[in-house]
Amino acid sequence: MRLGVLFSGGKDSTLALQYAKEKEEVVCLITLISKNKESYMFHTPNIDVTKLQAEALGLSQITKVTEGEKEKELLDLEDAMAQAAEKYLIEGVVTGAIESVYQAERVQRICYRLGLWCFNPLWKHDQKTLLEQLFEKKFNVIISGIFAYPLDEKWLGKQIDAKLIEKLVELQRQYGISPSGEGGEIETTVLDAPLFKKKIEILDYNIEAKGNSGVLNIKQARLIPK
Amino acid sequence: MMLIVDLNWKKDSLSYYEFVVPIMVVAEKLDKCSIKHYSEVTSEDLSQCDKIILSGTAIKDIATLKEPEKFQWLKETGTPVLGICAGMETIGMIFGANLVKCLEIGMTEITTIKENYLVSGEFKAYSLHSYCVEPSALFEVWAKSPKCIQVIKHKTKPIYGALFHPEVRNQELIKRFIGSYTN
Repeated sequence: MRLGVLFSGGKDSTLALQYAKEKEEVVCLITLISKNKESYMFHTPNIDVTKLQAEALGLSQITKVTEGEKEKELLDLEDAMAQAAEKYLIEGVVTGAIESVYQAERVQRICYRLGLWCFNPLWKHDQKTLLEQLFEKKFNVIISGIFAYPLDEKWLGKQIDAKLIEKLVELQRQYGISPSGEGGEIETTVLDAPLFKKKIEILDYNIEAKGNSGVLNIKQARLIPK
Repeated sequence: MMLIVDLNWKKDSLSYYEFVVPIMVVAEKLDKCSIKHYSEVTSEDLSQCDKIILSGTAIKDIATLKEPEKFQWLKETGTPVLGICAGMETIGMIFGANLVKCLEIGMTEITTIKENYLVSGEFKAYSLHSYCVEPSALFEVWAKSPKCIQVIKHKTKPIYGALFHPEVRNQELIKRFIGSYTN
């Protein structure tokens, strides 16, 4: 089955892509570039890096800019998915949803309207196990956004490894933070993954942070051999 | 031992992760589980388990409705069975209930209409279906949404159906089913 992956460049959509590619034919990425940094639907930090990631994956990409207004952004998503169906003849869409019924049901409705299959291979999986899979499969994932107490700018740029996973699980115990950031507590950027033919090197970045909210903006990056 | 039957369109499908694994995550905390695709369930599998859950499927997936011959064992088994979403639709089909188009996607209001041990009162549940089971003389209706029947029990067999997805929200339903048939 020919599939498109809703791709934000973060760990969940990249891991979902990995699952999908093991079972079906992934033919394109679909990326929404939201101007609203507080979008409930779409990941925003470093969304421009998805262009390099698509190149590293050797996959075509459909991008669509959205103002990010609640519910109207869904029309933009539907338009991007319809474009993917027309241009790449996809029969289904894959998402990296884990817990969010809000996101899942909206994508399910769009898929139904467009006559597409909808796949959510990470759905309801144990979040710690998913983080461990990233580490075991040698993904290089950095934290590129923090949006909850007690996270602070020291977390930005850190790589997800066994030690960091333990810290995130501890924060779940103490503060109820979702370890995989399902409540928007953290955002991530994938610099390397098993399916990447090249890896991403960050050449320049800046950090904008205040209290428990901040982002690491990748200003310049390139692909280098693995 | 619990048998989880994968009702997805093919063995080892991408949907397995979405509709089978979440049931296993809930069930394996309470009992040993084995998983079989519906196309490969044998009489030996059925004799080795004391409970069976039929998984849900993607909303576009109606594979089991085209293969009723693969589920004739439902008529003969005395083992308790819980069918989730497509699992409930398959149970309805095998016992002669009508299936009709009925689309519900997302959180849905459910009302219990007959006192029972699986669900109670009014609650919200995650729905993902485009068909539902019509009332039938063989089934008691335990709960409904505004659009359709949501929880059923066969009148004479320990066979149950939930059209919503209890593995997403309302995991208690799965735990109660397992708890009721575990020594």
